[in-house]
Amino acid sequence: MTIFIGLEIHIELKTESKMFCRCQANHFGKKPNTQTCPVCLGLPGALPVANRKAIEYALMAGMSLDCQIAFFSKFDRKNYSYPDLPKGYQISQYDLPLCGKGEFEKVIIRRVHIEEDTGKMIHKVVNGERVSLIDFNRSGVPLLEIVTEPDIRSAKQAGDFLRKLRQNVRDLGISDADMEKGQMRCEPTVNLQIKKDGKTFYTPLAEIKNINSFKFVEKAIDYEMQRQLKEFEKDGVEKKDGNKTTRGWDEKKQETVLQREKEEAADYRYFPEPDLPPIRLSKQEIEKIKNALPESTQDKKQKIIKTYNLKDYPEKNLDILFSQKEMISLFESTAPLAMKESIKIEDVINLIVNKRVNVVKTKPEELIKTLKEKQQPSQINQSEISEIIIGTIVENSETVAEFKKGKEAVIEFLVGQVMNKTKGQADPNQARQILREKLKSA
Amino acid sequence: MKKERLTIKDIILGLEKKSFSSVELTQFYLDQIDKKNPQINAFITVCKKEALLQAKTADKLLEKGIKKPLLGVPLAIKDIFLTKGIKTTAASKVLSDFIPVYDATVVAKLKEAGAIILGKTNMDAWAHGSSGENSDFGVTQNPWQKGFVPGGSSSGSAACVAADLAPAATGTDTGGSIRLPASFCNLVGLKPTYGRVSRYGIIAMSSSLDAIGHLTKTVYDSALLLNITAGKDKTDATTPKIDVPDYTQNLGKSIKGLKIGLPKQYFQDGLDKEVLLQTQKAIKVFQDLGANIVEIDLPHTKYALAVYYIIQPAEVSSNLARYDGIRYGLDRTYFGNEAKRRIMLGAFSLSSGYWDAYYLKAMQVRTLIKDDFENAFKKVDLILTPTSPTLPFKIGQKTKQPLQMYLSDIFTVTANLAGIPGLNLPSGFVNGLPTGIQLLGLQFSEDLLFQAGFQYEQKTNFYQKTK
Repeated sequence: MTIFIGLEIHIELKTESKMFCRCQANHFGKKPNTQTCPVCLGLPGALPVANRKAIEYALMAGMSLDCQIAFFSKFDRKNYSYPDLPKGYQISQYDLPLCGKGEFEKVIIRRVHIEEDTGKMIHKVVNGERVSLIDFNRSGVPLLEIVTEPDIRSAKQAGDFLRKLRQNVRDLGISDADMEKGQMRCEPTVNLQIKKDGKTFYTPLAEIKNINSFKFVEKAIDYEMQRQLKEFEKDGVEKKDGNKTTRGWDEKKQETVLQREKEEAADYRYFPEPDLPPIRLSKQEIEKIKNALPESTQDKKQKIIKTYNLKDYPEKNLDILFSQKEMISLFESTAPLAMKESIKIEDVINLIVNKRVNVVKTKPEELIKTLKEKQQPSQINQSEISEIIIGTIVENSETVAEFKKGKEAVIEFLVGQVMNKTKGQADPNQARQILREKLKSA
Repeated sequence: MKKERLTIKDIILGLEKKSFSSVELTQFYLDQIDKKNPQINAFITVCKKEALLQAKTADKLLEKGIKKPLLGVPLAIKDIFLTKGIKTTAASKVLSDFIPVYDATVVAKLKEAGAIILGKTNMDAWAHGSSGENSDFGVTQNPWQKGFVPGGSSSGSAACVAADLAPAATGTDTGGSIRLPASFCNLVGLKPTYGRVSRYGIIAMSSSLDAIGHLTKTVYDSALLLNITAGKDKTDATTPKIDVPDYTQNLGKSIKGLKIGLPKQYFQDGLDKEVLLQTQKAIKVFQDLGANIVEIDLPHTKYALAVYYIIQPAEVSSNLARYDGIRYGLDRTYFGNEAKRRIMLGAFSLSSGYWDAYYLKAMQVRTLIKDDFENAFKKVDLILTPTSPTLPFKIGQKTKQPLQMYLSDIFTVTANLAGIPGLNLPSGFVNGLPTGIQLLGLQFSEDLLFQAGFQYEQKTNFYQKTK
C-alpha cells in the first residue's frame, strides 16, 4: 500500500499594507473592522491596486523553492459567493501564476501564486441570539498559495516538509508563518494505492481542512490512511471524477469528519481581472531579487556541519539549533571563539539547544566563560549522576533504541539531557562514560 | 445678464465680470429644475441645500480673487458617480438608500476645481440600456420632443443639459452611453480613451470597457472639463502616466489637410436614410474645412456587437455580485430585468465548458477589432461615422425587444472595445429631432478630436438652436 499526499498551503505575507489597498496588513488581535477601506470592504466603485512588495515576496518564495518565474503573469477573478468575500469574487491567479514548477525537499512544487485573503466569520451568541459576524480586517491581506504534486509518502514526511517550508519563509523574512495564528494554513489531499490480487486500486481523494498545527497535519493524515483503507476493504469504491470529498480534522474526536460529499465541479467562472494590468517582469528585475535572497537555513546548516565536522553529532540537536534564528546567530558568533579556546563545538551546541542560556541576551564571551567553567571537575557526586542518567534512559526510550541499532552518535542528545537536568553541574565526559555503560546494560 | 442657455465658458466669464453671482446662477438652475424636472425626470436627487451652500462659498472665494478653473460653476453628476454624503443609486432600487462614504476621483477633482453639484441624474439602472427606460426611477423624456427617449444610459445627464437644467453633466460610456444620448439631445458627448479618466468611485458596469466622460453644449466646454478630470490616479491601476495637455489649446487651429476616414461598414444596410443624409452633410462641412475624406475598411466591424454582448455581460455578472444586501443596499430580488438578463448571460458565457466558445473567442475577436483601428489610423488621422443608426425613437418602441435596443449601440461599441476616444457632435435635426456624428481617433488623441470638432462646430453652430 502506498499513500499519496499533496499539499495546498496558504501563507500570509508580512507586508506593511494589504494586497490591493493601503490598509495595514497585520490583523492579528486587532479590534474587528478597524483596518478597512472602500477597497477591502468591496464598496461600489472601489478599485484594487497591486502591492509591489507582496509580488516581490511571492517571487522570493518561488525562487527559494526553485520555481520557474514567469516573465508575464496576471491576476484573475475567482467568482464565488460567501459573506466573508465582499466583492463576490476573490482576486487570485488562474492560468498564469507568478511561479511555475519547482522543487523543495525532494517534493515537486506545482505552482506558487498570489491572492487576497477573505474576511473572517465569527459565529456567536449575542444577547441570547445566535448571530454570524464578519471581521474585514483580514480581507485583502496578501496570501501566498503553494501547491505541491502528490509526492509525499507519509504523514511524517508531510510534517517535516511543512516545518522546513515554514523555516524557509521565515528565513526569507516574508512571513511569520505561525499555524496557530492562521498565518500558515495547510490542506492535504490524500488517497491510497492498494495492491490486491495482482491488481492496483486507488481510493477516492479526500481533502482535509481546518488543521491548525503540524502535529495535527500528521495525525489527520495518519487517521485518513487508516480510514480509507478500512473504507476500501468494506465497499471497494475507487477514485473517479466527482467523488472527491472534503473532510475536516476534529481534534476532540481525533478523526476527520465528512464536510462535503461530492466536490461539486466547482465553477469559479475565472476571467482576467480587468482592473489590474498584467505583471511584466524583466530578466534584470528577477535577477535583482534572486541575488538579494538571504541564505537558507538548509544551506547554512550544511555549511556548518562541514566547517566544524559535525557529521556524527546528533541530527536532533542540530535541528533544534537551526529551528531558531537567535540560536543560529548565537552559535555563529560563539563558535570561532570556542575554537580558539579549544572548547568542543559540540559542547557549544549542547549548551545552546538545552536552553541553559538565554539565547537572545547571552553574549558569546559569557557562553565561553560558562563552557570553560564546565571543564572543571564535576560538582555533584557520582550516585546523583547515576540516578539522573537512569532516569534519562527511561524517558528517552526511542533514542536508546536508536543507539542500540548502532547510531551511537545519539548519545550526545542524552548527554545534553543529563547536562540539562543537572543544570550544567555534571561533567559531560563523565556523564558520557556512565551513559555508555548503562546503555549497554539497559 | 440673462442666465438662459449659458455654456461653461459663458459662466466663467459672467462670474468673472460679476454679471451674476454663483448663488444667483445656482438658484436659476434650481428654479429651472423645479419647473421642468417633473416633466423631464432628468434628476434622481437634487442637492438644493448643498448646492447653495457651495455656491455661497464659491462667491466668497471669487470675491477674494481666488482662481480655480470651475469656481462657482454648477454641474450635474450622473447617479453612478459616488458622491460623499449624497445618495447614489445607479438608478437601481438595490441602492435606493445608499449613501457613499467617499467621493469618486472625478467628483473630488471637480469639487477641488470649484464646481458645484446641482444633483444626481437619472439613467438606465446600472448603465444597462440605450434609452433611459431601464431606470427604476422612471423614464426620462427627450426635451426636444415629448414622448421620445433622450438616449441612454446617461439619459438624465443628456436631458438636463438639453433642457438647460445644468450647463454640463458627467456621464459614463461603456458601449455608447455618452455619445448616443448626446446625439439624441443635440450635445457634445466625449468618451475619452480607456484609462484617460479615473474610474475610481464610479459604480463599475464593465470594467474593461467603462470610460468616464461628460456631456456639454460645446466642444470648448468638453475640452475644459477633460483638463480637470484626466490624468493618472493612484487608486486606478488602469490610468497610465501620460501627460494631460491643455485640451483647449489647439481648438482654433485649421484642419486643412487632415485625413478623415469613412469606414464602409458603417454606411451599409440598417442605417436610417435620414441619418445617412445628415452624416453626408457633416462630411461636406469637413470637406469645406479642407479635410481629405477617404473610404476605409474596418473588416471585423460586423462582429463588434456580438463581442460586446459577450464581454460586457461577463464583467457585469462579476461586478454586480457584491450587491447582495448583506453590508449595504437591498437584496438581489430588487434587480430589474435587464440586470438579471446580463447577470445570467455573463455567468453562462464564463462557465466552464462554455468559456472557450464564448468569452475566450470574444477576447480574440476584440483584439482583431483593435487591430482594425490601428491599421486604419496608419492611413487616416480621424474616423467619422454616424453615432446612432436611427433617429431618436419613441418611448416604449424598443422595450419589448432587447435585441433591437442593443442594436442602438452598433456604431458606438467599437470604440469601447478598442479603447479609443470618441466624440459626438450635433449634425442637425430631422423633424425636430437631433442627430449626431462621431469622430474617432487614436488612443490619447482627444486634443485632435476637439480641434476637428471645434472647427466643425464653428461652421455649423447647431448648439445655438432652440426648440
